[in-house]
Amino acid sequence: MEIPYTAQPRKDTGLYNAKVGIWLFLASEVMLFGGLFSAYILLRVGATPGTWVHGLLNIPIGTFNTAVLITSSVTVVLSWAALKVGNFGRYRFYQAITILCALGFLGIKSFEYREKFSHYEVWLNQPVTVTRGGQEVQTDRLLGHIEYQGHHPAFWSTKTLAEKQVESFKFTPDPIHYKMTPKEMAHARKTAAGRKAEEFEFKAADVKRLSAFVPGHSTYFALYFTLTALHALHVLGGAVVIFYIWGPGAKMWKTDPERYTNRVEVSGLFWHFVDLVWIFLFPVLYLL
Amino acid sequence: MSDHSHQDIAKHVKIYITVFVALLVGTIITVALNYLHFDSMALTIAIALFVATIKAALVACYFMHLISERKMIYLIMAFTVFFFIGLMFLTLGAHYDYPPNTTTL
Repeated sequence: MEIPYTAQPRKDTGLYNAKVGIWLFLASEVMLFGGLFSAYILLRVGATPGTWVHGLLNIPIGTFNTAVLITSSVTVVLSWAALKVGNFGRYRFYQAITILCALGFLGIKSFEYREKFSHYEVWLNQPVTVTRGGQEVQTDRLLGHIEYQGHHPAFWSTKTLAEKQVESFKFTPDPIHYKMTPKEMAHARKTAAGRKAEEFEFKAADVKRLSAFVPGHSTYFALYFTLTALHALHVLGGAVVIFYIWGPGAKMWKTDPERYTNRVEVSGLFWHFVDLVWIFLFPVLYLL
Repeated sequence: MSDHSHQDIAKHVKIYITVFVALLVGTIITVALNYLHFDSMALTIAIALFVATIKAALVACYFMHLISERKMIYLIMAFTVFFFIGLMFLTLGAHYDYPPNTTTL
């Protein structure tokens, strides 16, 4: 049976059906991400001062990834414009860039995730003296990297220390902690740059809590991973659909070019939405 | 939307490129301002969200063609905007409405 209005606009709406469909879907997506943003706002304004994690993400990498996603958004719309004037070759070229950008985005994001999984906070039973912003301070909480038997392990927790019967491990602290203000953190990073980092050897018995930057570390990281992973799934889903239309589904261009162009437009609308979500996620998670 | 002439599309492409550049500039502005570290957190948040909203509006209006859509789409979006704003008010309400004899900081 022929499905009506896949290419021709309906008289009452003035739209082909898939376009109404995708906008309804995007409306539900706005509410999905809206709910999560709402959770973020509520948890953040309700957090005890000084406990909110900030300033630990890699801003240059995040900025670059933002640019990658914006580029993919413009190539999507340019590929659709190319199809509108019947230039299939140019459409294929632009959409190939889109797919590469999508893979690039996901690759960079996984790299960022991996960095977090092997980056730690340690809560100590007794305070130690460290240098922060050129001053010696006493603290029982340090951020930094672990070295154990020549490796930099990922996903370790307080439990791991007991399970692996770790007696002691080497710890290289960062010059900052998120209890500092953004300004203090920037100053501390600057004064520490180029200097050799201090090193500690911590006994397992000295450690009150140990956590990598995983969802269980804090409310912030729980939100960070939930929001970015859900967004990354959208990127993946969008990329799969765009690839299908671009590759195996391209036969339709010969049989039903108008319907094919509409498919490209609808997948493009979804892609722009994914870009739009990132436009808010980036400042909220990386900068504020 | 089905009758796009070649000139029309050429004009569209120019707009797309302009929006693309504007989005990149917006990203750079957001990041650059962040390195200035204003003392007021409220100002920092306001600026970041203001730039993000402009960028989002550019994507929605031009890449997603919301600037010239059919009434049906506007209707769907009007409902969405209404419920989204409603959700944000609920959030605000939840923040101020906590049980007595508990502490919030």
